Amino acid sequence: MEFEPVIGLEIHAQLLTRTKIFCGCSTRFGAPANSHGCPVCLGLPGALPVLNRAAVELGMRAALALGCQIAATSVFARKNYFYPDLPKGYQISQFELPLATGGHLALPGSGVEVGLTRIHLEEDAGKSLHEGFADSQRKSYVDFNRSGVPLIEIVTEPDLRSPSDAKSFFTTLRDILVTLDVNDGNMEEGSLRCDANVSVRPAGQSALGVKAEVKNLNSFRFLERALEHEIGRQTDLLRAGDRVVQETRLWDAASGRTAAMRSKEEAHDYRYFPEPDLPPLQIAPPWIDEVRATLPELPAERRARLVRDHGLTRDQAEQVMRGRAGLTEYFEEVVAASVPARAAINWTLGEVTRTLNEADDQVDALRQRVPPAALAALVALVEQSTISGTVAKDVFEQMYASRESAATIVDRDGLAQIDDADALEVTVREVLASHDDAVSQYRAGKHGALGFLVGQMMKATRGKANPKLVNELLRKAIDD
Amino acid sequence: MTISTRTLVEVRDAVADGAATAVDVCTDYLDRIAATDPSLHAFNRVTRERALERAAMLDRSRVADDHRPLLGVPIAVKDNLCTRGVATTASSRALDGFVPPYDATVIARLEDAGAVVVGKTNCDEFAMGSSTENSAFGPTHNPWDLARSPGGSSGGSAAAVSARLVPGALGSDTGGSIRQPAALCGVVGLKPTYGRVSRYGLLAFASSLDQIGPLTLTVRDAALLLEVIAGADPCDATAAPNAVATYADGLDGDLRGIRLGVPSGLLEDGVDADVGRVFDEAVAAFRAAGATIADVALPHASYAIPVYYLIATAEASSNLARYDGVRYGHRASLDPATATLTAMYDRTRSEGFGAEVKRRIMLGTYALSAGYYDAHYLKAQQVRTLIRQDYEAALESVDAVLMPTSPVPAFALGDKVDDPLQMYLLDVFTVSANLAGLPAMSVPAGFTPGRLPVGAQLVGRAFDEAGLLRIADGYERANGWWRESPTL
Repeated sequence: MEFEPVIGLEIHAQLLTRTKIFCGCSTRFGAPANSHGCPVCLGLPGALPVLNRAAVELGMRAALALGCQIAATSVFARKNYFYPDLPKGYQISQFELPLATGGHLALPGSGVEVGLTRIHLEEDAGKSLHEGFADSQRKSYVDFNRSGVPLIEIVTEPDLRSPSDAKSFFTTLRDILVTLDVNDGNMEEGSLRCDANVSVRPAGQSALGVKAEVKNLNSFRFLERALEHEIGRQTDLLRAGDRVVQETRLWDAASGRTAAMRSKEEAHDYRYFPEPDLPPLQIAPPWIDEVRATLPELPAERRARLVRDHGLTRDQAEQVMRGRAGLTEYFEEVVAASVPARAAINWTLGEVTRTLNEADDQVDALRQRVPPAALAALVALVEQSTISGTVAKDVFEQMYASRESAATIVDRDGLAQIDDADALEVTVREVLASHDDAVSQYRAGKHGALGFLVGQMMKATRGKANPKLVNELLRKAIDD
Repeated sequence: MTISTRTLVEVRDAVADGAATAVDVCTDYLDRIAATDPSLHAFNRVTRERALERAAMLDRSRVADDHRPLLGVPIAVKDNLCTRGVATTASSRALDGFVPPYDATVIARLEDAGAVVVGKTNCDEFAMGSSTENSAFGPTHNPWDLARSPGGSSGGSAAAVSARLVPGALGSDTGGSIRQPAALCGVVGLKPTYGRVSRYGLLAFASSLDQIGPLTLTVRDAALLLEVIAGADPCDATAAPNAVATYADGLDGDLRGIRLGVPSGLLEDGVDADVGRVFDEAVAAFRAAGATIADVALPHASYAIPVYYLIATAEASSNLARYDGVRYGHRASLDPATATLTAMYDRTRSEGFGAEVKRRIMLGTYALSAGYYDAHYLKAQQVRTLIRQDYEAALESVDAVLMPTSPVPAFALGDKVDDPLQMYLLDVFTVSANLAGLPAMSVPAGFTPGRLPVGAQLVGRAFDEAGLLRIADGYERANGWWRESPTL
């Protein structure tokens, strides 16, 4: 029997605010332990939360970019559980009425549409430190710097059907959040984290199987590997006639396995109830419009626009977007300087990218050495047949090295194309005279031999001869 | 003028006019506390040195025309209000050793207004109780009869004002904790509209019900104290931005045309006969002063007690989760080599909390549990809305609702503490103002034949403390029960 996996993801993303979600403490990563704390984020008696407007706006940015509906009224709720890194004994989150619902994300390439269930705002907990101290055998420590850092939790529908799609979703979402300046995309520092709900079912069955929640999937590779392992584990169980148990499992990267963490029976009863210390969050349409107006272009929109406006193929669009940061903007500025898009993209993906790769330079360096207008001027020389494409590549290399303009280089080195038939006549005669064989072959009907002769002409003129003219002159000379 | 007859306004004026220094006044009151409090136990902690230093500082830095509203006035504050550098316990072992690094907003406002905080008053543990017997440090005694309870949970603040140990105090009121002890001790107690006063720095019991308010000898004193502590606060998202009136200026003593509603249906059962008689006399006195009295219906008021004890305990179960021994307060001493985290939590909280607090945490945890939430917490919230709508409807036809503050006068210490349900029922007339979020105050209305004070309660419209104070002041001028003081 064939089995089909069903996967949904829960992604926690730290919001790039300057201060925490309910107090004025800094969110900066890497400060000495417990140096960013106050009565509010340390849960001291009597302290009260006050919502950070910037956190709401970043949450709104993500929600709008992902096509979610932002709730006119959303409500904060307390999620109650005891843990030493949770200073109040509850996490302020959102439960019944989240910030945003609906929305979707299309996976690039496959076109799979993944539905989003909800996006809600919440605070992060502190960090428990169980290792690395002289007395770690007997004690654990807690660093509260992270306590109260704002997060959004993005929950997907169970729309994913393979580990590679799940990975693709996570990378695409990360790109979007980074593009939006909502999140820094840094998984090593824990500012982007992922959990997955996984079940398997016989192919063709519509009812969902029993799911396991897999935690600790904090890299793209771990997400894919953990899902592969977990799907295999569940499939093996079902094939053997066993049942999958609903539970939370932890991915262990070292062993490459998931292990049971707690069963459904051991699951917490979080006793959610509306947070009485915070009034409901009201978001009126003008505020939504204001935030929407500041959204940058998202990857999918940009790809579509490049295809639509510049006639790029989908593949070219993806290549230029996947290139070094700012490469697309560079390309578009070259186009804006009156270069045909087809020439501009060939240059951008060809010589430009090759040169950047060889020099291991960023687009900033490119802009200093060959600004878009300078490349446009070079392409114009080709378009006007002042120089040949072959010469142009050499000129670009010199421009990149010396920061000189194309015209300067072409003039100084006498690289302009030779369009004068008289000026080429002597060379034509010389070439024909020294390649009798080729001339005979051509006369015998082997037209390919002409190409060889053109090559000899170009070689003799160091690439400067106008190839079209050379063709005509050679044919005429032989036929005569 | 002897200290025992001075109102807060008179003390302030004496300092402002230069008739007395802040140090003189402070010393007088501190000496009186030192002499009397051992028999009352109104205070958990008297901050004598700090208070005298501050009074001296006020005298030193005195500038001409210092019109600060509380200049040189000694004030006592309930021990669930954070005071920077002064231990704050909420009368619980759970907070052993906790010294707040910050002041509650109301404390900062008192001091900005020139007040001198002289100490932290006793209360029921985490303000949970109606007798001040649920204090880890022992009960407070009622100044009118030391064998009796001062009420609670702000019993220490009420007793201190009643015994003239301070001219004013702050308490907190979640279900009657300012008004009921004020009634049982014969002083004025005001619970403001929810959101009128910042809760920042108040150790939360039930966040959607808690309000801080004044306890004083006179209505004018309460108006003055409220004016100082009220208003928006960037540290409390539930503090309302509504402008704060100059409450004391509106007290003209005129009750003509005032309409009061008595919920007679609610008063049919369970009111002590002596309390009933005093209340009837108060109604007559209002009428004599020009007010009209009408009957009002509060059809859902009879559900107020169960609704209150579901919502308040639910919120408390969450609010008290932070007292876990990890960062501050009491932590059970266990062998770290063998103790588990769960054992640390269990032992710490078992040792730290008293019986009533544990009972309420368990009740509230149950009310919020999966499978019970809809039937308990959610249903209680729905009925809460109905209770608020009852009041809103009644307050369209009357200016305030009038009823007794407490169904009984001060009861003997030990009498009810072992019967929680009996104790909960004492809150029958006070909890609905918290559920509805409305301002309510208790004013002295006379005495039982056994010379125990009785309070009359007025409940007004949201954010209309000015109207409420004006009515209470009109009644007080016509009667003046506050002038009677207990003999100690």
